[in-house]
Amino acid sequence: MIAPTAPDRPDRTPHHTRPPVLSLSGITKRFGNMVANDAVDLDIRAGEIVALLGENGAGKTTLMSILFGHYVADEGTVHVADAAGRLAPLAGGSAEAALKAGIGMVHQHFTLAENLTGFENIVLGTVPLWRLGFGKAAARSKVARLMRDSGLQADLDVPIGKLSVGEQQRIEILKALYRDVRVLILDEPTAVLTPQEADSLAATVKTLAGKGLAVIFISHKLHEVLALCERVVVLRGGVKVADRPTAGADRATLAELMVGREIPARERMPASLGAPVLRLVGVEVGAPGERDRLEAGDLELNGGEIVGIAGVSGNGQGALAALVAGLKPPRSGLCEIVGQQATRSDPRARLAAGVGRIPEDRHRDGSIGALSVAENYVLETIGSPENQRHGLLRRAAIQARAAQAIRDYDIRCPGPSAPIRALSGGNMQKVVLARVLERAPKLILAHQPTRGLDIGATTDVHRRLLAARERGSGILLISEDLDELFALSDRIAVIHAGHLSPAIEAARLDVRTVGLMMAGHSVGEAA
Amino acid sequence: MIRFVPRERTPLWLTLAVSVGAGVVALVLTAIPLALSGAPVLQAFLLMAQGAAGSGFAFAETLTRATPLIFTGLAAAVAFRAKLWNIGAEGQLYAGALATVALGAGLLELPPYLLVPIVLIGAALAGAALLLVPVLFKMRFGADEVVVTLLLNFVVLLFVQMMLEGPMKDEMALGWPQSAPVLDEAALPKLVSGLRLHGGLVLAIVCAIALHVLITRTVWGFRIRAVGENARAARYAGLPVGRAMALVGLLSGGLAGLAGASEVAGLKGYLTADLSPGFGYAGIVVATLANLSPLGVIPAAIFIAGVFVGADSMSRAIGVSNYLADLVVALSLLSVLVGGLLARFRIVLVRRETA
Repeated sequence: MIAPTAPDRPDRTPHHTRPPVLSLSGITKRFGNMVANDAVDLDIRAGEIVALLGENGAGKTTLMSILFGHYVADEGTVHVADAAGRLAPLAGGSAEAALKAGIGMVHQHFTLAENLTGFENIVLGTVPLWRLGFGKAAARSKVARLMRDSGLQADLDVPIGKLSVGEQQRIEILKALYRDVRVLILDEPTAVLTPQEADSLAATVKTLAGKGLAVIFISHKLHEVLALCERVVVLRGGVKVADRPTAGADRATLAELMVGREIPARERMPASLGAPVLRLVGVEVGAPGERDRLEAGDLELNGGEIVGIAGVSGNGQGALAALVAGLKPPRSGLCEIVGQQATRSDPRARLAAGVGRIPEDRHRDGSIGALSVAENYVLETIGSPENQRHGLLRRAAIQARAAQAIRDYDIRCPGPSAPIRALSGGNMQKVVLARVLERAPKLILAHQPTRGLDIGATTDVHRRLLAARERGSGILLISEDLDELFALSDRIAVIHAGHLSPAIEAARLDVRTVGLMMAGHSVGEAA
Repeated sequence: MIRFVPRERTPLWLTLAVSVGAGVVALVLTAIPLALSGAPVLQAFLLMAQGAAGSGFAFAETLTRATPLIFTGLAAAVAFRAKLWNIGAEGQLYAGALATVALGAGLLELPPYLLVPIVLIGAALAGAALLLVPVLFKMRFGADEVVVTLLLNFVVLLFVQMMLEGPMKDEMALGWPQSAPVLDEAALPKLVSGLRLHGGLVLAIVCAIALHVLITRTVWGFRIRAVGENARAARYAGLPVGRAMALVGLLSGGLAGLAGASEVAGLKGYLTADLSPGFGYAGIVVATLANLSPLGVIPAAIFIAGVFVGADSMSRAIGVSNYLADLVVALSLLSVLVGGLLARFRIVLVRRETA
């Protein structure tokens, strides 16, 4: 059962009169001089869906990490209801204690063992290592029942590494449900889902809450928060600035509460098209049988426009991105990048041709954690005369240019010599953006450029991409976030099972049509 | 309960303190077996210190012993920086030594200012070539370099023994398996008359400084660091990952080869199969103790050499086995590995509340 203490008949008591299942009071956490959480109070009751909003660095992750035992609070207490409903203090600093107390968390960056199957990941840690047989059939049927009840479908028998990001997340949620959690924390759960999947997840969450599960929902998508949650808690600079019912709130109010100021509406110039910068004719990437492969790609992208590629991850956009980034060669077909025919995988040739690449995974592909901000900034141009002379690094010049980029891009960091892994995701992405845009690229590959970023950072990335478009760059925007695709794209193509649809003017499409196309329907069927 | 909280960055003083602290902890731990063997502990440490640095002569001996350790320490440091796990410095050392006697024991008759550089370059190339093979196998076939370099050590040592029993055997050596001596023109100069200190030490220090400059100040050093820290991102950024790895292989193998040349042409004068008492492996400890810093390799090598020399002299004086030196070296490796944890994580003590 998902919530063993939940009564079988629906509980008609209004939420606010029920006792809390989780109570945080006066939580304060400092890192050096920075106060990540400042006397935060939070009560969650059974059956309640509470949104936790806040920009990156507002203290959401810290608060959840304290709850989940990754950090220990400097001050304050955490109480969790036991099976009988009595509040008891939770031992700090122990993920095990949090799990035992019935708190489950689905992290934004998944915590799955890539070489184990979905099923093994779900049961991992619930059975002692020394038991040979562990009632696999019973576990299996429990997982099957959870999948049926929650509507979360995923292939349980292939290694996690072979699953798409979306499927991996479903495994993460099932993993938490399998542990009979009473409080479930979802960190950005819909970031990788199609609108239809997100709707079905929302329905699932509502069902689970109806059975008594308390849900903490961390999201940047304000319309989801408004649709799904009953109460919203806003953190800003470590302080709780609002704790109110969602009824009566709208997106603008919530966004302003988060950011602490008004958010300017984006202005968008009509596209003035330049020469083609990317031309694909019947391009195939990846060997047959590979999961994420492009089977037949036809696309023409001109300077001065943004073409969005919508699709659930694992449908071939990875292969498309690898082709444009120069990591994979085309197997067949014609691939012309900035006027040159590309036949080999060669990242350096792409850079030389004027392609700027924003990778999907900024930690693994986009940055080198142990190197400094300045070194990451010049990573792609280290051989150019402005960075070296006779093979010797021009360290002063590099530091100065990095310091300039830090000012220009408003990168919050201790300085150009700080290791980049000390930066938040948004600031790390700003370093990547600065690196890409510095070279005035003719073609920009933006692969999930705002995944995991907060509103402030997302707005900034969008503004800079639109500015690059106005300067004449052609932008290939691969994203699973339909709001983003519609906000930025001039034309949108949908990729499904390796097939790229024709790119259609964004004005002639709507979210529902694209969502159906992402699920494999043709334009005609979907419209 | 103890928790490890990762540090965002490690201050320099802490890195230094961990290295020095590891050495001290290793010595303190050594007191236990010393006491168990019934030796007077304090006196034993005093004798060790005297033996390692108690006189100009003793310290010169320590520096002589440190010379090959600096080379092999640098070999390990540069390779480990790029996450190339070269465990084969011992074999590369012998390859360099073999090249030294092949070139310097009569094949070429040239004045010293030509012959010495030729011999050194030949030795470095021999060591480099030996490591290049595992590096290419790693990149082409994904072969594990730990296994290949480690096993090559035995192949090379057997090859050296074969050469010393056969084609390279010195007929004048009364049947001992040793090579003909290197010519005087190929020998590295002595630094101080009456001591065994030789030009290899100067070369080793020059190499350490050059490697430091290469890693911190040059484009290739940047590429090596980038590839070592995140090869995936380096490839994405268009850095020449393969060439950077090949360069690391050449540098690492070459430095280990120089260790062999320095021992043969600077100290022993000829090659035997027991030229190195594990300098190649001890270099790994030296590099780890130095936190993979080329400049740090110099003091780390002197410390390890001091332990060996000091333990030798102490064991002669009070009759404790000089295997104690190996124990100190092993313990300092363990201590520095534990200490590295302190450098990367803050340790927080948490009182466990009972629910």
